[in-house]
Order: sequence, then C-alpha cells, then structure tokens
Amino acid sequence: MQIIIIGNSATAVGAIESFREYDQSAEITVVSEEPHLIYSRPLLSHFLGKEIERSRLAYRPSDFYVKHSIRPILEDAVTAVEPEAHTIRTASGLSLHYDKLLICTGGTPIVPPLQGIDIPGIYTFTKLQDALSIERYIDDYPISRAVVVGGGMIGIKAANALMKRGIPLTMVELAPRILSAAMDEAGSAMLTQILAEHSVQVLTNNTVTSIHQSEGRFSGVTLRDGRELGAELLVFGIGVRPRVELAKAAGLVVNKGIVVDKFMRASAPDIYAAGDVAEAYDLVVDMNRTVAIWPNAYRQGAIAGAHMAGVDRADIGGIAMNAVEVCGVPAMSIGNGNVTGSEYEVLSEIDERSQNYKRLVLQNDRLVGALLIGNISRAGIYTGLIRHKLDVSSVRKNLLSEHFGLLSLPDQYRKHVVSGSSIEI
Amino acid sequence: MKKKRIVIHEEYCIGCRLCEVHCLVQHSKSRDIVKAFKEERSSTMARVMVEESGPVSFALQCRQCSESNCLEACISGAMHRDPETGAVVCDESKCVGCWMCIMVCPAGAIRQNLTGTHIASKCDLCYGSAMPACVLNCPNEALTYEEVEVRD
Amino acid sequence: MALSYISPQFIIERDASRCIACQVCVRQCANDVHSYNEEDGLVSSHSLNCAGCHRCVTACPTQALNVRLSPLDFRPHANWTPSIITNIYKQAESGGMLLTGMGCDQPYRIYWDHMVLNASQVTNPSIDPLREPMELKTYLGSKPEQLEFSQSQDGLELDTEIGPQLELAIPIMFSAMSYGSISFNACESLARAAQIAGTYYNTGEGGLHPDLYKYGANTVAQVASGRFGVHLNYLNAVAALEIKVGQGAKPGIGGHLPGEKVSLDISRTRMIPQGTDAISPAPHHDIYSIEDLRQLIFALKEATHYSKPVSVKVAAVHNIAPIASGIVRAGADIVAIDGLRGGTGAAPTVIRNNVGIPIEMAIAAVDQRLRDEGIRHRASLVAAGSIRSSSDVVKAIALGADAVYIATSALVALGCHLCQRCYTGKCNWGIATQDPYLTKRLNPNIGARRLVNLLRAWSLEIKEMMGGMGVNSIESLRGNRDHLRGVGLNQVELDALGIKAAGY
Repeated sequence: MQIIIIGNSATAVGAIESFREYDQSAEITVVSEEPHLIYSRPLLSHFLGKEIERSRLAYRPSDFYVKHSIRPILEDAVTAVEPEAHTIRTASGLSLHYDKLLICTGGTPIVPPLQGIDIPGIYTFTKLQDALSIERYIDDYPISRAVVVGGGMIGIKAANALMKRGIPLTMVELAPRILSAAMDEAGSAMLTQILAEHSVQVLTNNTVTSIHQSEGRFSGVTLRDGRELGAELLVFGIGVRPRVELAKAAGLVVNKGIVVDKFMRASAPDIYAAGDVAEAYDLVVDMNRTVAIWPNAYRQGAIAGAHMAGVDRADIGGIAMNAVEVCGVPAMSIGNGNVTGSEYEVLSEIDERSQNYKRLVLQNDRLVGALLIGNISRAGIYTGLIRHKLDVSSVRKNLLSEHFGLLSLPDQYRKHVVSGSSIEI
Repeated sequence: MKKKRIVIHEEYCIGCRLCEVHCLVQHSKSRDIVKAFKEERSSTMARVMVEESGPVSFALQCRQCSESNCLEACISGAMHRDPETGAVVCDESKCVGCWMCIMVCPAGAIRQNLTGTHIASKCDLCYGSAMPACVLNCPNEALTYEEVEVRD
Repeated sequence: MALSYISPQFIIERDASRCIACQVCVRQCANDVHSYNEEDGLVSSHSLNCAGCHRCVTACPTQALNVRLSPLDFRPHANWTPSIITNIYKQAESGGMLLTGMGCDQPYRIYWDHMVLNASQVTNPSIDPLREPMELKTYLGSKPEQLEFSQSQDGLELDTEIGPQLELAIPIMFSAMSYGSISFNACESLARAAQIAGTYYNTGEGGLHPDLYKYGANTVAQVASGRFGVHLNYLNAVAALEIKVGQGAKPGIGGHLPGEKVSLDISRTRMIPQGTDAISPAPHHDIYSIEDLRQLIFALKEATHYSKPVSVKVAAVHNIAPIASGIVRAGADIVAIDGLRGGTGAAPTVIRNNVGIPIEMAIAAVDQRLRDEGIRHRASLVAAGSIRSSSDVVKAIALGADAVYIATSALVALGCHLCQRCYTGKCNWGIATQDPYLTKRLNPNIGARRLVNLLRAWSLEIKEMMGGMGVNSIESLRGNRDHLRGVGLNQVELDALGIKAAGY
C-alpha cells in the first residue's frame, strides 16, 4: 500500500506515528516544499528570540524518517492531486500513485494587498525560512524600530522574539484590541498594559496603508490615521488562511477549509485532510470549522493516520485554544473564553496589580470557555471540563477558588480522573 | 499490555505530604534530603502534589493517559513516550515552557518549573528507579506501583 | 483565667540542623503540638499538649525530632511522687474523675517475668520444630465427659456428640474492642488478620458493621450490658458469642462512649440514635445470679440453634475461682478472664490502677478450681489482660489457659505507642478515634499484614519453646505447670500460681 502525505509538520507526524502503530509495512511518502526535516513552527519565535539553538527546532529526532520507514521528498511542491487516477504530480515532474492520501498543507500567511511589500526588510513569520531571513536581516542592518502588523498570536510571538533581541517595537492591530480572537476586553487590556510596560507601542484600530522604502529597503510605514513611522523591519503576523488551492483544483468540497468527516476523510475516496487546512469538528461551537492550532493538527493527523491503517478512531472534536507568553506573563484562551451574551454565565476574577485574570464562561451549566492570565496552574482541568461537557452547577462556587483542583469538582469526576489510568469519560 | 503505573488510593492518603518531600529530593541535584531543602530549595521542585479538602486528600501525579493530550499539544517535541515504560516523559532539554501541556492536562498534573528554569515539570516515574520515590515513601501505601493494563 | 499548675510531661527536641521545615510533623499531630511560622519559615513545638505518641518522630523524614520526658523535677519525695501531685492539680482544676486509656500502668509485679520455662536435656529429647511437625491447633468449647465409640463395618465410629467448637490455628485470639472505641479500619485490620491467620477477633460491645459481616466466620460477637447492636442476624453471622460481664481494666464499671463519637455509621451499627451517649450499665440488669446468667447463655444458644459456643467474659477479681465455677455450671462453653493489666479505651484512672487481680493468679486459681471440681473439661479457659509476647502465651497455657486473648499487643502492632490518651479520641495512629482525618491513617491492608506478621512470629517462637520442652502439641502443655518455675517469688505467690520455685 502507498501512503502519501502532503505536508511535513505536526499533522504529518501525528499521522505517521499513529499509522505506524497499526501498520509497519505500507510505504509512506512525505512531500514537502520546504528543504528542512520536521521542525516546530511554534518554536520559531523562541529561535528568533535566541532562546534556543537551531538544533532544538527539530520536532522529532533526526532518525524519525528512518525509524518510521518514511520516504521524504523535500523541496518539491505538489502541483496537482488527481482523485480519479489516485496520483499526485509535483513541480519536479514526479507522478506518484497513492492508495491513501493525506493533505496537510497547513495555512498561508495573510498579507495585505500593499504596494512594495516584496522589498528586503518585510517578512511574514510562519516558516523557518522566514525566521532565518529575519535573523540575517537583523544581523546585517541596524534596526532602530520594528513594526509588527497584527496583534494576534503570531504577532505576539513575533513581538516576543524581537523584544528578546532588544528591538524597539510598534504593534499595529486593525481591530479595536489585540488578541481579539482569543481574549475579551479585560484580558486584552491587561496584555496591552503588559506590552506597554515593556515599551511596546500598541496601536489599535489602525493599519498600514503604505510602505516606505529607502535604498531599496524598507524604511517605514504610513498608518491609516496618517501617522508615519520610521522603521527598518516589518513583520506580518496577521494570521493564516487554509492552503486549499490543491484541494479546490482537485474538486474536493472546500468551504473555508477542506471539509472532512470525523475520520478526517475529504469528499473524494481515499483522500484525507487534517490540520490547519481542514474544516473539522469543534466540540465547543458544535460545528466544523478551521482552527489553526498545534494540538488539533497533531490529533487530527493521528485520527487520519489510524483510519488510513484501517482503524476507526473517531474524533470527538477539537477545542480552539492557545497558550502564549506576553513578556513572560502566561496567557491562555480555551474554547469560548471571550464570548459575551445573555446565554452565557461568566465567572471572573481580576487583579490588575498582580496581573492575574481568570474568566470562566458557562452555558447551560457547562463550562464552554476559559481565559487565564498570570496564574495558569491547573488550567488543563478547565479544558477537561469543557471537553467532557460536565455539569458543573453543583460546584460553580469552587471554580474560581484559590485552591481550585480536582477536589473542587464532583466526586465521581475526580475519582475517574484520579483513579483511571485513562481519562476517557 | 501491562505496565507499571502509580495507583492512587485516596481513602488512605493522610495528607502528610511526604511524597512531595521525597519527590523534591529525588529531583534535586544532591538527592540528600537536608541539602535539597536547605541549599537547593530554589532549584528543585516536587512533581507530585497533594490535594486536600477537609478530610479528603490524595497525592496526584501524571496519570500517564494512554491518549495523552500533552503529547499532542507539545510544540517542542519534549513530551514523548518512553519506549520502555510507555510513560509520558518531558525531555527538559527540549522543553521551552510554552505551557501548552498545562493547558490540556485534564488532571492538572503538570506544573510550571520556574526554579531557575522555565520548563514544564511532571512526574517521570523516577526514571531508572525500581519504584518512584513518592510510592516508596508513602507511609500509608496510599500510592502503590502496580502492573495495570494500558492500551498498547 | 487562673493559671494552670500542670507542666508539660514531655519535651520535644528539634535538631535545627536537620529540620527542613517540611511540616510533616505539623500535619501529623492531632494535638497541635507543632506549628509552622510563615514569617521565619521555621517549625516550632509547644510541648504542653504532647501525648508522647511519637507520631511526629516516626513520620519525620530527617529524624530531626526526639520526644523526651520533661526534665522538670519535683523535689524528690518517695510518697508524694510527681504523678500523684500532678493528678491532684488536674482534679483541683477540673473537679472530675481522672480518665485514662490502655491497661494499668502501675508497677505491680508482673508474674510472667518471674516465671521461667523448662527445656529438655539428655534424659528426654527436645524437638526441632524445623524438622518435625508442631501442633498449635486449639479447639475451644465444651468437651464431653468421655468419648463413646461403636464398631461398624468401616471401623470405629464416634458416638458421642461433641458440642460446637472454635477451631484456632494458633492459641491466640484478638480480644474485644468495639467499633466506636477503635476505628473501622482498626476493626477491619483485626478481622482480616483473624481470617488470614485462622483465628478470631471480637466485636466488643460495638455491634457488627455491615462491611464486616464477610469476616463472620472469624468473629466472636459480644453481648454486653448495653446490648448495643445485638439482633438475630448479628448473633447468627458469627462463629461464637460472648457475654461480657466484666473487663480487666475496669471491673465493676460500665462503659461510656460519648455522643460525639457516635457517628452515623456507629449509630447504625449500635442501633442507637446518632450523637447520643452509648452507656453500658455496670451490671447486666437481667443478671443478678448464676441462674440469671444461665438464662442468658441458653437464650443465646436457643437463638443460634446450639450451633455456636457461648463464652462468658469476666474481670479477674478476688473470688475469681468460684465465679468461674459458677459460669461453667451456668452452661458457658468458654470462660474468658481479663486480668488487672487488661486494656481499655477509657476508664477512670483510679479504677484501672486499683481494681482486680493479675491474670497469672486468676488463671492458676481458676484452672485449679475447675480441676478440683471435675468440670475443667466443660469449658475452655481464655486468658486476657496483657499478653505481651509469645513467652507470655506459653506461660499462660502452662498455667492452665486453653488460649489467650490479645488486644494491647495487637494495637501496638497497628502502631499504638501506649500514650494512654485513647479517651480523647485524638489517636494520631488512627486506632482509637473516629475523626475522619485520623482514621484513614490506619490502612487495613497494612494493619492486617502487621497483625498476621505478629501472629506468625509468635507462633514460630511458641513452636521453638515447645520444641525445647519436648512438647509437640500445645494441648500437652496446657496446665502443665511442671514446665514453669518461679524466680524471685515468695512461697505464698508460688502456691497461688501452683508452681515450684526455681531449683526445685
């Protein structure tokens, strides 16, 4: 049997590790347009911030391909998927047959349609090549200020890295507040305050309207409010959109992402999609949607991998969530942590002085979301409650307790988590 | 497949926290109890935690889930399954302290280790020992190390 | 508030170079002796409330603690000893009876320690228990006058009907301790150990918790003056019944379990309202004579269809021999006698320390009296009241007991440190307490294991002593006082014990 995986990140690893649990004989080919072995994209900011060596970007040991009998085809882009013929074609002219195909092409960084963004000094920040380019540019040219466009997760991570490099920063966010997809107003305000304390200029309700250049290099921006900023480096950290072009061209059903079922099967036989490119089930919003986060990518890959090996491991669904440190202060957004509305009950506790914030969102006596800034201890218990949709009405008053833990929850749930070797409920 | 795992018996936990004491010592540099507390306290921490509410208490450490959320969520590849014991272990030389594992651990059994470092801290079943320190030193056998059936 | 004149009995020494301020001692002391000061990060001790139970010393992971008797000395006075003076202070402050727990702590002569055993030399061979079988099996119950057989095709057949017997793999049982006086976990430890070791434990006057019915075949159920927890299922769930008339620690005194210890579980087991005092009257109000006792014995036998032996337990008092004779004549299958040093969960100190006679004397007197009256076979004799070691067991049997009851020794195996504060309900070892924080300290898995170990160790030693004497069956030792000699005893004591002095 021939397995082909398009993509070489968390989803691919999830698929390979899970597939190989059940099937050691099938041939697996991984096709990636990047020249690198599997590396961790979320670590790029740590690498750029000089917290870790390049070698630590490796997400799996260097013998990963050999150990799992993988044939890697690197630096070659897939140009077409032919569902009828069960083949893929690549830029280098290869035509490969597959029995099962997994598309995990991830996302493409969003870049606004501006004039002159192809000049040196302007970068996106999702790939190793981006980080290497930025690093080289920083080494080559003095940077008196950098502009980060986008106040979402990627923007924050880019800002963290540049701050670690000692580069003064301006963050430009189109929305009225940063991290608007993850945080509510209070949370955003606290994080904005933290950035400000670290001399990051945060400009919201604003965007870059034109790019300045000097000597062929980036030299500054004009913002929507007319303000002009001199800067030598600009990083786009707006976000990503699913890379669905191949799937669309192949005639697969695509909304925002590639539509998949609970086994990650796409609309054509023997084709799977998983990770950032897939529109999979989200158990909090109870519908399929694209959620570009690492844990989902790995898990969906593992589910696809299992199914390709003939094992039904149905997905119970993902939860949109992320953890990020803003200038050393940890922040987490889990599920519907930032929603407002009369259908929700919100329990929250804020201490601006110690920069601690907790916001729990309940709907029909179930926890559906949590925001945490500062004290994140035992955060996963909240995630577990969201995942298991546990009725928390009897323990509502304990949820914000200073000593929140498993003993704050109903006995039966606690005993299950504590005494079971598995946490499946 | 049968693997050795720590089993928690909350009805016998007396809340003495000797598990925490000995876990800390086990993960200290000197592994000497007096030194660990008097000289190395700021650079070592326990990976087991006692939860207590009224007369009910129990010592909690990583439950070694067979489908581990922390493994899926780890962005650095530090969380891995030890091929021999099947235990989920955090390679502290790889961990960057992103706290994704803390966000997804349903038992809340992973903690931030900020004692001179910035990494996730979790039970490693006292890698290389015949019996984890918390089990060995539990005075009331509220923790036992038993062969249990785990998903292969 | 007026100054209390009571000074600490113990002093706690903390080795600062080893104390790591882990606060294990703080968490382990139910008397709040140790405390942690957040400000300076140090643990300190306030010894006034220290019971001397050693829980903290045992739990301390760095061996930083020591508990010593307070070095505070009174001016020496042979008559007015510190404990007498302190007791007066206590009563002058409280106006109440002094209470205590466990057995008599006064230095009365311990006759076990003045008797020595014989061993075979040259003229009669000793037996090596590692090579040859040694029989410890003991049957308790009434034995027939004589055995009658008839010849049949298959050989001899026993015609005599033998009454119900308790079969003991070792001649040691756990004596009565009620659920209430000790924790459920302590009860379960005893029950499980009895089952594993092939012997019996005793419910005391606490009834039988539903979760312990599964150990019924190894249970002796008491019927005492309060009749707590006594019902038909209870009587029929167990192996034997015991009418408790008296207890060695407090002869002539009833029992009192304070209402705060009567939890929901205990109230159900005892069949009394939750939170009410459980008061066992001093006498059975339906027993004022041997004839009355006979009525109760046979009431119990009727209720259980003569399927179980019935024991009568009395405290060892002055006229114990005729009392025992009366009990046997009343129809008891087993007479259990509890001596001066027998334990209790709570008793007035003055009673515990001043009433009753030592078990050694009582056993010797009763065995002799029953033999003299020709009724020794009609009941088995169980000695209780401070059997501390395997040699005490052997000496008791040589004096005339069929078996012994142990309770204090069993509790010590479970962790008891004889601090004698059982009556406070704050037992740090999880034994004499109903406090849920404390009861879980006794894990019955560990408790049962320790008890079984103790019984195993003693049985090995008993076999070794028997082998030395050239005895290969415990039955041959029973009442065989020629195996005993007295050391340091006067002639009156030797006569009372029915033994010769060493050298004779």
